[in-house]
Amino acid sequence: MMITVTVNGQAHTRDVEPRMLLVHFLRDELRLTGTHWGCDTSNCGVCVVHLDGTPVKSCSVLAVMADGHEVTTVEGLERDGELDTVQKGFVECHGLQCGFCTPGMMLTARWLLDRDPDPSEAEIREAISGQLCRCTGYENIVRSVRWAAESEAAS
Amino acid sequence: MQVPARFEYERASSVGHALMLLERLGPEARVVAGGHSLIPMMKLRLAQPEALVDINDLAELSHLAVEGDELVVGALVRHARLLADAEAGRLFPILHDAERVIADPVVRNRGTVGGSLCQADPSEDLSAAFSALRATAVIQGPGGARTVPIREFHTGPYETAVEPGELLTELRVPIRPGSGSAYQKVERRVGDWPVAAAGAVLVIHDGVIAEAGIGLTAVGAAHFAAPEAEESLIGQVPGEEAYARAGALAAAHCEPQSDQRGPADYKRHLVGELVRRALARAAERAGRGGLR
Ligand SMILES: Cc1cc2nc3c(=O)[nH]c(=O)nc-3n(C[C@H](O)[C@H](O)[C@H](O)COP(=O)(O)OP(=O)(O)OC[C@H]3O[C@@H](n4cnc5c(N)ncnc54)[C@H](O)[C@@H]3O)c2cc1C
Ligand code: FES
Ligand code: FES
Repeated sequence: MMITVTVNGQAHTRDVEPRMLLVHFLRDELRLTGTHWGCDTSNCGVCVVHLDGTPVKSCSVLAVMADGHEVTTVEGLERDGELDTVQKGFVECHGLQCGFCTPGMMLTARWLLDRDPDPSEAEIREAISGQLCRCTGYENIVRSVRWAAESEAAS
Repeated sequence: MQVPARFEYERASSVGHALMLLERLGPEARVVAGGHSLIPMMKLRLAQPEALVDINDLAELSHLAVEGDELVVGALVRHARLLADAEAGRLFPILHDAERVIADPVVRNRGTVGGSLCQADPSEDLSAAFSALRATAVIQGPGGARTVPIREFHTGPYETAVEPGELLTELRVPIRPGSGSAYQKVERRVGDWPVAAAGAVLVIHDGVIAEAGIGLTAVGAAHFAAPEAEESLIGQVPGEEAYARAGALAAAHCEPQSDQRGPADYKRHLVGELVRRALARAAERAGRGGLR
């Protein structure tokens, strides 16, 4: 079935089987491997992307369901060669170690800050509560998001 | 890698179109809403529909508003939207209590109220909440719409009154002046399905309990309800004694099973305790002026 999905602002048309999951469409068809693929059971959140501006777990969305819709992946966070503030926060505050959870964490963080520019630590933890990190113990992820919030408030 | 078996995909553009597609594709076709129960089941090949009818474009199923003396919740209302809706939370705090502990924020962005009820998982949280509220389900089929009281909606585990070829379109929740409500859940970790959970709705008039609704989930309660406990409350003065008695009755009449979430006797204990706490909280909210 022919579908057209706008990913990071660019329309992509492909012929896919209805059973193809959005995560595999992004990784295998478009070679956008920044979206990771982990538990495959909608629990870990490494596959989070924005669908029409809202974070969803792309291992549990069919690519055909995204036909005619807009997807943003981690590759779409930077603008004109400049990292998004959230990405800078992860750099500044050592928000990652292995990096497996990071794309999903950053996309959820971006969405959170767009809705609430000054989230508390508890609100940040709640927002990422469906996403697992095996490395950082979450402390530095929370710090990274706070760094981004403060940096955006200051600018 | 988990991949569903092959199926045909159609996207519906209206309720009428969805019903037409379901009729054309036959009894092996399934509706897909958020897909967050169905797609994981298809990936595990626990479900192998021949066709999916995607209803995500049906704005007509996304309404969430007070109509007359009812709150009307469209089947396609996402968990996140219900949780963010101030009016729904003011009228029925039980819905916000429950939504806050269903899955996680990202899953809540996608999963729908209708999908939750139609999935009819015996551990579904909203089934218990709507059972406590004595909501009414509206089901649309080729012959028109019909209404089903929520306590007749679930016909068994993973089975509902929605026949092949039909759609659940909305839930209607009666607004009761003088009422308060609450939901209490114990889960193993944040975002998990309940070990046990209880919802309570109380209507208090002139210092006595005039109406009581108690919903239970994950503990084998028929229709997600606790009728014996509800009856024991009618005409009583709200207070710890009445709540504890209701909790004990609810615990005695449900049928929890031992599984990876815990042994049956522990779940039974939880029912008594959670019913008691939910009732106390509901009464407190009713007392604070409750609803109008
Ligand atoms: C990680 C995770 C954790 C979760 N934790 C919880 C939890 O703690 N508590 C809880 O209660 N739930 C939990 N859920 C389930 C979640 O609430 C789902 O959103 C819900 O079960 C299904 O909603 P959906 O819109 O995704 O339905 P879908 O998966 O699209 O559909 C489910 C079923 O309902 C049918 N259906 C859907 N809509 C209609 C309709 N309008 N008319 C007729 N049939 C319809 C489908 O054909 C299918 O059979 C969890 C899910 C996940 C992935
Ligand atoms: S791979 Fe999607 S949630 Fe884990
Ligand atoms: S940085 Fe390794 S999983 Fe989060």
